[in-house]
Amino acid sequence: MTEYGMLIDYEYCTGCKTCEIACKQEYERPAGKVGGVEVTEFVHTLPNDKLFITNIPHFTRACVFCAGRVKQGLTPACVKHCMARVLTFGKIEDLVKLIPEKRKAILWTKG
Amino acid sequence: MKKDGVKIIKTTTWSPGPGCHGGCGILVHVKDNKVIKVEGDPDHPWNQGRLCSRCLSMTQYMYHKDRLRKPLKRVGERGEGKFEEISWEEAFDLIEEKMKKIRDDYGPESVIFHQGTGRDIGGWISMLAYAFGSPNWMFGLSGISCYTPRLMMMSITQGDFAVVDASQWLEKRYDDPEYKIPETVIIWGQNLPATCPDGFFGHWYVDLMKRGTELIVIDPRCTWIASRAKIWLQLRPGTDAALALGFIHVMIKENLINMDFIEKWTNSPHLVRTDGKIPVFLKEKDIREDGSDLNFVAHDAISGDFMIWDTTAQAYDKTGVKASMDGAFNITLANGSKASVKTVWTLYKENAEQYTPKKVEDITWVPAEKIRQAARMYAKAKPGALHWGLPIDTIPSTVPTSQALNHLWCLTGNLDIPGGNAIARYAFDVVTYPYHSGGAILSLPPEVMNKRIGIHDYGCIKDFRAWAQPDKVLEQIFSGSPYPIKGMWIQTANPIACTGMEPQKWHKAIKKLDFTVCVDLFMTPTAMLCDVILPAATFLEKDSLKAWWVPLNAIKKVVDVEECKSDIEINLELCKRFMKDFPFPNTRVLFDSLLKSAGITYQELCDNTWMLPPEGHPSKPYLRYERGLLRPDKKQGFRTPSGKIELFSSWLEKWGLDPMPYHEEPPYSHISTPDLFKDYPLILATGRRMGPFFHSEHRQIPWLREQQKEPVLEIHPDTARKYGIEHGEKVCVENWLGKITVKALVTPVIHPNVVMAEHGWWFPEKEGREPSLFGVWDVNVNQLIPMGHEGKAGLGAPIKSMLCKVYKAKG
Ligand code: SF4
Ligand code: SF4
Ligand code: SF4
Repeated sequence: MTEYGMLIDYEYCTGCKTCEIACKQEYERPAGKVGGVEVTEFVHTLPNDKLFITNIPHFTRACVFCAGRVKQGLTPACVKHCMARVLTFGKIEDLVKLIPEKRKAILWTKG
Repeated sequence: MKKDGVKIIKTTTWSPGPGCHGGCGILVHVKDNKVIKVEGDPDHPWNQGRLCSRCLSMTQYMYHKDRLRKPLKRVGERGEGKFEEISWEEAFDLIEEKMKKIRDDYGPESVIFHQGTGRDIGGWISMLAYAFGSPNWMFGLSGISCYTPRLMMMSITQGDFAVVDASQWLEKRYDDPEYKIPETVIIWGQNLPATCPDGFFGHWYVDLMKRGTELIVIDPRCTWIASRAKIWLQLRPGTDAALALGFIHVMIKENLINMDFIEKWTNSPHLVRTDGKIPVFLKEKDIREDGSDLNFVAHDAISGDFMIWDTTAQAYDKTGVKASMDGAFNITLANGSKASVKTVWTLYKENAEQYTPKKVEDITWVPAEKIRQAARMYAKAKPGALHWGLPIDTIPSTVPTSQALNHLWCLTGNLDIPGGNAIARYAFDVVTYPYHSGGAILSLPPEVMNKRIGIHDYGCIKDFRAWAQPDKVLEQIFSGSPYPIKGMWIQTANPIACTGMEPQKWHKAIKKLDFTVCVDLFMTPTAMLCDVILPAATFLEKDSLKAWWVPLNAIKKVVDVEECKSDIEINLELCKRFMKDFPFPNTRVLFDSLLKSAGITYQELCDNTWMLPPEGHPSKPYLRYERGLLRPDKKQGFRTPSGKIELFSSWLEKWGLDPMPYHEEPPYSHISTPDLFKDYPLILATGRRMGPFFHSEHRQIPWLREQQKEPVLEIHPDTARKYGIEHGEKVCVENWLGKITVKALVTPVIHPNVVMAEHGWWFPEKEGREPSLFGVWDVNVNQLIPMGHEGKAGLGAPIKSMLCKVYKAKG
């Protein structure tokens, strides 16, 4: 899956952690251990004293980019269920083309 | 049938299981009669394929080792945790015998039918209560402080409920050409991504933000959505009415209101007598001997004469007139005496005049300039919408607060327009969850209804909502007056851990009763105290239906889990035992009868899974007041006493309450109780939502519980420093009523003068027997909140604005 990546439009990630559970359900992962994705919340006090909250989904070593689902023509479980629709899965070359359109994005690749 | 023997079934959600108010479309994967996976249904317009963590955990929920699977009968002392498994037949026999004995000895009203928040239960528990003969169907939260105050206020102000239009009535949603994206939405007191309340899907706001909607967020906490807002107003908890009146002040002063709409659709020209102690409507009967008490009076600006607003004709009694909006007049009454009157609009402006941004800043802590900016931004938006949350209910001043907020969308003409606040009715007028006893499946004679607890204390409890008033119920359990309470049927509720304020008292109350039943899916601190416990089914193990608000959804039974039975089937069986000639032999007949107004059978609904009302149906927007779709007589206007939006409320006048909005100081504060404030200098707020859990549920679901292991108290870094508290340390939160020990979450998101404690906590993994009751007493913040402080209307309670102190726990 090296040519694949995950584009994260993190500006709108609400930190709802649906993606975490979607992955755990898909792969019947036990609680207490990390699944394919983990979301971290950052509460920042900006230099102008404005509070700003950012949530970043981190795709872990346990993420298999849903190879089985993708082979069947389905989107990854986390992408399908993401409540804020901030995850886009695809070929890196296609995702790169999407980046200029996105407001704020992270491109996650697995190497 | 798919490969590997996996069947995929399309259905929709409601409790039990996810807990929340439901409505999402799902695809259930079933293998060998077992649910193996749940996914979002991309064809359902509500969630469009998404699904949140609670539904995605359903397999862990349904097949959890601790789920109740057989009826239990208590064999030891109450709370001792000694139960014996019995068959359903034995359970029904026992319940029938015990409850009939109470009915014979004390009367049916001596049993309380106690439910929790608004889920798939209202229809079925009221049916059971009425079949038994008791008018005392109750939601146990002090002051019925969950949506009922807002619903009541909308109902009497504009004749109907309303919610923000996020295109949920349209199949193509945001892409439908009829829809308009709101320019601005005010989110008033709700952490939307963590919750799906009141027939709304929280993440729709993210959809709208991506499509250009700007936000104003009003919250004492900086939530994620507050940090994304154009304007965030960090107000003092419980002062929302003052803030709304500040908005109204600015909007009127700067002429940002929709005067055409106000003139045409509100009762602003109607005359009010101002010569008495309190202002009251001038009615036709006051100026004409044979005049009606139902008709109002206005002043004609053209002729200078007075005229009658005939509420039956929905017209003035003269033609070629123009009602004066402003003015004070003297009028001769039928008895020859003189009276001074003013128009509603003149009074309304005088009332709003007092709430200058400066004064409002002093009350609410929100800077005056920000109040002006926010009022302008909302009022200028075309369309603008206002989303309000539970904090509007969980304060004793909920009635004037809801009223002021409701006025905001009326004064701007944002009612029932695309992208505004759309009138929300049950899809196809199908009632699965009744508000008034009128909508219930069964009915009781008036002399029995007259015994409902609270109706002689509060007009709006009598006239609006069919529930018994919970603060008065608790009082009566101890006083036994005017009649004794002997039994309680508890279903979808956990008052010891969640809905009960002062749970110490509910604990005593439940133990004092002769007979109690709890219907639930897991053993809870409340179930532990009961005599019989019945195992309920999740929404995947039952047939049901939902119409709150749209679409009309079918909930289909997919599998069985051992002996669990649905709430509906349990209640139906007992209805047959309690009531001679109970009219519904089974759930199908019952559902078919509920679906009559939709003109379909339950089977047809199941074939469709979900249905949206068609154009022209009263349950489909927009502009229904113009099209004569709201009133039974099909005339234009609203279902209110005057037929207009009532800025000065007939119903509030009738109930002896102030007919216009005003600020009322919270009962405990630096102003109301300065002495207590010296010892308890922090405002204690509770009830903010926790994404993985719905209220007191889900603490035993591994995937959800790992998200948060224990309850926290949010405290600002400056405040924590002042009290020597470190992040992650155990702290005591204490006031004159009680004390809890929880972990400090030191965070700048909370106001320095406010702490936020989580509600609904107990530990299914801890000892269940008394005195532990799953550790509930260590952490249940409701122990610091009183019962019996309901607002003047019997609604609202000081749940978001108590006082407390916080200190480092020893050891
Ligand atoms: S892509 Fe698949 S494996 Fe990776 S986190 Fe998402 S659901 Fe899990
Ligand atoms: S589901 Fe989407 S919005 Fe929610 S935490 Fe995961 S990435 Fe963020
Ligand atoms: S909002 Fe979440 S928990 Fe509620 S029905 Fe939808 S997916 Fe389920």
